Amino acid sequence: MSPVLADVLLVTALIGALALVHRPLGDYMAAIYSSKKHLRVEKWIYRSVGANPDTEMRWPAYLRGVLAFSAVSVLFLYLLQRVQDKLPLSLGFKPITPDQAFNTAVSFVSNTNWQSYSGEVAMSHVTQTAGLAVQNFVSAAVGIAVAVALVRGFARSRTGDLGNFWADLVRGIVRILIPISVVAAVILIAAGAIQNFGDIHTITTLTGDKQAISPGAVASQEAIKDLGTNGGGFFNANSSHPFENPGGFTNLLEIFLLLVIPFSLPRTFGKMVGNVKQGYAIVAAMGIIWFLAVVAVTWIEYAHPGIASQIAGGSMEGKEQRFGEGPSSLFAVSTTMTSTGSVNSFHDSFQGLSGGVLLLGMMLGEIAPGGVGSGLYGMLIMAIIAVFLAGLMVGRTPEYLGKKIGTREIKLAACYILITPALVLIGTAVALALPDGKDAMTNIGAHGFSEVLYAYTSASNNNGSAFAGFGANTEFFNTTLGLCMALGRFLPMVFVLALAGSLAEQKPIPDTAGTLRTEKPLFTGLLVGAIMIVTGLTFFPALALGPLAEGLAA
Amino acid sequence: MNNSVANTGRLAWAALRMLLVLTVVTGVIYPLVVTGIGQLAFHDKANGSIVKVDGKEVGSRLIGQRWNIKGTDKPDPKWFHGRPSNSNYDALATGSSQLSAGNPELVKMVKAAKKQVAEFNGVPESEVPKDAVTGSASAIDPDISSDYADIQVKRVAEANGLTVAQVEKLVKDHTDGRALGFMGEPRVNVLELNIALKELADR
Repeated sequence: MSPVLADVLLVTALIGALALVHRPLGDYMAAIYSSKKHLRVEKWIYRSVGANPDTEMRWPAYLRGVLAFSAVSVLFLYLLQRVQDKLPLSLGFKPITPDQAFNTAVSFVSNTNWQSYSGEVAMSHVTQTAGLAVQNFVSAAVGIAVAVALVRGFARSRTGDLGNFWADLVRGIVRILIPISVVAAVILIAAGAIQNFGDIHTITTLTGDKQAISPGAVASQEAIKDLGTNGGGFFNANSSHPFENPGGFTNLLEIFLLLVIPFSLPRTFGKMVGNVKQGYAIVAAMGIIWFLAVVAVTWIEYAHPGIASQIAGGSMEGKEQRFGEGPSSLFAVSTTMTSTGSVNSFHDSFQGLSGGVLLLGMMLGEIAPGGVGSGLYGMLIMAIIAVFLAGLMVGRTPEYLGKKIGTREIKLAACYILITPALVLIGTAVALALPDGKDAMTNIGAHGFSEVLYAYTSASNNNGSAFAGFGANTEFFNTTLGLCMALGRFLPMVFVLALAGSLAEQKPIPDTAGTLRTEKPLFTGLLVGAIMIVTGLTFFPALALGPLAEGLAA
Repeated sequence: MNNSVANTGRLAWAALRMLLVLTVVTGVIYPLVVTGIGQLAFHDKANGSIVKVDGKEVGSRLIGQRWNIKGTDKPDPKWFHGRPSNSNYDALATGSSQLSAGNPELVKMVKAAKKQVAEFNGVPESEVPKDAVTGSASAIDPDISSDYADIQVKRVAEANGLTVAQVEKLVKDHTDGRALGFMGEPRVNVLELNIALKELADR
């Protein structure tokens, strides 16, 4: 079979699997977040914490819950890394330095999973499983909770109540993330991913050489790393490491895990607002952008215009033989478009223009389909911008799902979309103005610029993937990127929850003949257009200096 | 003022307790359950797919190795070789070169690799496949393409006193297609191939 035909089948199988699963999973999630019942284990959790899961919270209370939980998480993870040498199962690793521990703590709590360390020679068993992997679960559940709160804002009226943060957090973990992770982890082990708490194991090879084999609870972490769109690799090589991603089948499974919750949440949204067609309009916009990017990157990688790739005969630098150009491209697009950041091949060595598409995917705000939860709320903000633009065109007060998009709503949405570009562009500019930026580049010229731009884009959008030649483990980058990750995650949540609160207070306005039909393909087109225009205007100059310059020169 | 400090304190305390409980659930119970299932049902795989020859461990099926003449960094002609590795197959230093497709340094590396592989195997440079001259992502890629295996056959057969047909058959037997015909790329596992080669040569 030709590689291209195999890739077509691979993408078809992936889309088929997602289409099959999104409905039951989306409906299940809608039921979970609407249910009044608590499972026994959840009751036990609420009792031991002393939280009442049945109190309704208004948006400031919900936000305080999110922020308090996240702040405590950062502190806890920071301390765990600082004392890992004194805990059991340390593997003899030293404590992480303060700036790197801060960076890593923020990184995992903000669902970014940017990594300036190498897992296999830095993080102990306890830090990995009881620190990093825990944040993989809880940061994902926080993301879904905030998205659900926004959906409730649309679904409810004449109330300020958005639900209970603790209940949403616990349900996401207990009823969605853990069950799917257990199944996925066991499948991964069956396919060759490791799962043990052993020591580093040295063996003598047939040539008399010595080789050290890493231990680790890899499969359990791999499953939630992808499902929760976290992306922090157990090993430095991330999902290109054969112990994390042993073959063609696990590669497809991991891509599926990346996409399954983000592509199912629009169904949940549709179900909760009482019109599943509204969800389909959203998921269509996500799917179109994702698919176009897959086609673009795969095509550019096979064309391999870069000089080194021309001489080599293909774009295989930084890619594994078992994945090749096609499946590597599919993974790369899916990870940058979902705010995941796990990689099965190194984006720094992709063709210049492919790197540009991957960057653009993150710059869109990761909404196609985006991270778990964050993708949906990001896309709903864009939907508000889109109806606002449509309203301007026809001179009507914009409305969405029976809620008026007034001054307050549009201000909050505008603030939301301004945060990440500000962080990305200011961060990149500052890094380049100081000697730190240039010192950290592995490559020179336009590609070197792309490395810095990629780093700030990845951090501020909570992606976590890297043009990994970028030497990020310095005090300057650990600190500034850490701040970008924290602000890029939690400031937007403030605006989302404030918006949810103001929507929930409104009384619904009835549909009239003049109402924009937001469940129709026309709206999907308008939405995609709005996304492209907003992102294009913001980032085109930066993209022109980096990947476009590089791609045109090749 | 005091009231809000007390409220913040209460909230932080509740958040901390929630984090600790969830740490027990997702950071202790979950990995232990998965480890338990993995160790019982898939013991060898959960422990790294270690391969033994004559009862002695010689590597992991999933981790690539270097095949140099003992004590040197020269490639040993009697073995099949893997792809270029950024860490020289040190499994504790995984990751790739990170060089961009247009980087002059990478151009130099690819050219040098092409020349070396062509000379070492006695084939023209035009026959050297892409995976033989590009560094893998993990630096411990266990596989090569069947094209790269094919150009090594003649050299390996000569160095081991085997016929080309014997070694060709060996490569064919150790070529894995795509999973279910469409997932991943076809490949040859270098360690397994070399173990089979050693058995054949020792016979």
